[in-house]
Amino acid sequence: MKAFWSLVVVLVLAGIAWAGAAVTLLKPIFCMVVPALAVVIFLGGLVAHVARWARTPVPFRIPTTCGQQRSLPWIKASWIESPWTRTGVVVRMALEVLLFRSLFRNTRGAMTTEPVQQGHGSTANAPDGAPVAARLVYGEQKWLWLAAMAFHWSFLVVVLRHLRFFLEPAPAVVGAIAAVDGFFQVGAPVAYATDVVLLAALGYLLWRRFNDAQIRYISLFQDYFALYLLAGLAGTGVIMRYFVRPDIVAIKQMTLGLVTFAPVMPANVSPFFFVHLFLLSVLLAYFPFSKLMHMPGVFLSPTRNLANTNRMRRHVNPWNYPVKVHTYEEWEDEFRDKMKAAGLPVERA
Amino acid sequence: MADQTPRPEQLTQVDYRPKGKSWLDPHVDFRKGTFCYSAAPKNLIYLGLPNPREWQPFDHDWKLPPDWKETILAGMKERLERFRSFRLFMDICVRCGACADKCHFYLGSGDPKNMPVLRAELLRSVYRRYFTAAGRLFGSAVGARDLTEDVLKEWFYYFYQCTECRRCSVFCPYGIDTAEVTMIARELLNLVGCNINWILEPAANCFRTGNHLGIQPHGFKDSIDFAVEELEEITGIRVEAPINRKGAEVLFVIPSADYFATPHYYTLLGYLMLFHEIGLDYTLSAFASEGGNFGLFTSHEMIKRLNAKVYAEAKRLGVKWIIGGECGHMWRVLHQYMDTMNGPADFLEVPVSPITRTRFDHAASTKMVHICEFTADLIRHGRVTLDSSRNDRWNVTFHDSCNPARAMGLLEEPRYIIRNTCRTFHEMPENTIREQTFCCGSGSGLGTDENLEMRLRGGFPRANAVRYVRDKHGVNVLACICAIDKATLPPLLEYWSPGVDVAGVHEFVGNALVMKGERKRTTDLRGEPIPSAKQEPAHA
Repeated sequence: MKAFWSLVVVLVLAGIAWAGAAVTLLKPIFCMVVPALAVVIFLGGLVAHVARWARTPVPFRIPTTCGQQRSLPWIKASWIESPWTRTGVVVRMALEVLLFRSLFRNTRGAMTTEPVQQGHGSTANAPDGAPVAARLVYGEQKWLWLAAMAFHWSFLVVVLRHLRFFLEPAPAVVGAIAAVDGFFQVGAPVAYATDVVLLAALGYLLWRRFNDAQIRYISLFQDYFALYLLAGLAGTGVIMRYFVRPDIVAIKQMTLGLVTFAPVMPANVSPFFFVHLFLLSVLLAYFPFSKLMHMPGVFLSPTRNLANTNRMRRHVNPWNYPVKVHTYEEWEDEFRDKMKAAGLPVERA
Repeated sequence: MADQTPRPEQLTQVDYRPKGKSWLDPHVDFRKGTFCYSAAPKNLIYLGLPNPREWQPFDHDWKLPPDWKETILAGMKERLERFRSFRLFMDICVRCGACADKCHFYLGSGDPKNMPVLRAELLRSVYRRYFTAAGRLFGSAVGARDLTEDVLKEWFYYFYQCTECRRCSVFCPYGIDTAEVTMIARELLNLVGCNINWILEPAANCFRTGNHLGIQPHGFKDSIDFAVEELEEITGIRVEAPINRKGAEVLFVIPSADYFATPHYYTLLGYLMLFHEIGLDYTLSAFASEGGNFGLFTSHEMIKRLNAKVYAEAKRLGVKWIIGGECGHMWRVLHQYMDTMNGPADFLEVPVSPITRTRFDHAASTKMVHICEFTADLIRHGRVTLDSSRNDRWNVTFHDSCNPARAMGLLEEPRYIIRNTCRTFHEMPENTIREQTFCCGSGSGLGTDENLEMRLRGGFPRANAVRYVRDKHGVNVLACICAIDKATLPPLLEYWSPGVDVAGVHEFVGNALVMKGERKRTTDLRGEPIPSAKQEPAHA
């Protein structure tokens, strides 16, 4: 049901934009007011949320160590997985953010009743016919990592490619990215590899939420919603690029108008463009209030961005407050006679 | 093992397909064997904790204070403002599910709420409802839940079904650490008096006497004296084991299980032999007679209250630096919390081994060194003579305890010691050791007998890997550096992987250590005959 209703919501949103495209009076709202508002909400919300995280103290240094600590000079320490330098932390974070290092570790556990291949003479299994306890085995599970990498990287490339709509002249690097992306030329117009990869990755991420019983169980409305929204955004983009070509020049005039605060209304633009732009606006406005905040959040995660220098350098907790402790004096007062009888030294005879 | 305990082949009938209603339904069935009993009021009173009363989790009425809901929500607000980790972990989870089958409790039980993502959602759903606009507006449609008594009961069940082992945080793409979430959740539960006795009784004992079992100073001295006498019988050497001695160079802090439980006790013997042999100028303390800290399983404030005695005692005794014994969660506190909470330790000196002159710069601020770091350094410098053939009856594997592995990165030091004191060593499969190690299933104060079924389930992934090396390589002992491991793994392995013992790393050191003037060793520290004590001593 969650998967269904979130789809309905995205379709309704698309429908609103489609309908809006047909009403001349509403066009400026969809082309200018809504996107501008969305950008404001996006930036404002993003800054506010990140600022709130940043304001919240990190009372304790709690890195999750995934490798050997730096201790004795002759023991090879893992400078990335258990970093003790700033460089180590930066590299650890870079691997996390750019290559999804932790997700790459993913495995899948499963029960089996197959016996262990024995390297030893002894027989370890139950006598024939007796019930056998199952054992756990772990398999490689890289699909999630692959799909996540595919989605995020192709999304980034798509966003960069779109810069040509917002910058005049478009920077050379944008053209270069587009050229590389379009390397596997398939017909005309040039097919971008990232368009295919992006849709395929979204498809996989959605499919596993449907297909995997565990993931289905943990999935919420907003998990499907984000995927449908992105799929709608990418889908309308693909439609416009390969099937229903809109008036690109008019669109570019409009987008340039938006970013230069000199709005221009396009004359005749495909309703697909309205849907595309509206879904993007929804995505932007939704972003700061959603799980999509994992994008800035990962940089602030204290189990990853802190060095394992706990015993080397003192970490200060800004709200460290005095607590009630049991002092040595109170302790000795209670046990002094027994201590003396046992021959233990005491402070006060 | 009690008769009603399910057999292994029954317990491994785990179905990972979630059944029944949406997880938003908070109802919990407090089934015998899967939860811990409530804390006795006397322990809450001693520690000054709120709402002491007689109650049990299976009672209908938990006798909560009338304003319990406001208390919890105010407590949440306060913690959201104090812990970036908490707020961030509430905000950024995308429910990708990578953590799902990384939790030993989920692998052993198949209960979907044991997936780390859902364990956090139990709290996150309430966060959404009261602290986010979407949750306030759309409620359960976006996974927000009202805070009800049923939700509180569910929190109690599942946050005392997490051992704070941090394995999930290794796999999370954002490093979301369920240990952090569980610690906050338990703080909240403690605000309204929902806590368990197996945590608060040791905590209260520790606050009063200095150690978990409530052993008083003369009892502590008896235990140590007994160990000294036993060592004299085994080695012919009478070692010194000073207590509360002022002016010693080093204060030695150990988990109390080392002097009242087996197989911990053999580890203690190992320490005492080693310190005697190298002539370390050290003292034990009857006040700081516990390095373990059940505050870690209660609240950040309680960590600080119980940990304070370590630096206080170091200062009183006038030592230069501190060594800590083999214990997992104790080292989480010592490594990640002590200096921040109770430092700066500016009255101590940067630790320098008086034997090798090695300066332990990595402990320059806390001034506290792990015994495995200290011993590995001694072996490396050839300052001890070791006859590893004395451990020949052991075919060893090493279990990385959660906290030294994932909160310290102490991975190689114990392995180096084992390789130098034992001749047969086999690692368990790669994704069950080091930073991917599996918890014993009884950590964070859950090692109580009424919780046995859940402990067996949670310990299954660990035991499963042990069974693998037992069957493949004939491994017959699991070495570890954690007092909770040593207490809870023997019954766990007896159940899942019979024929594998549990030992501390310094037990092997004690066995292998060739002491000046010792009589010919005929038995090891367990009193078992040493099979062939005639080979040449292996080089150090």
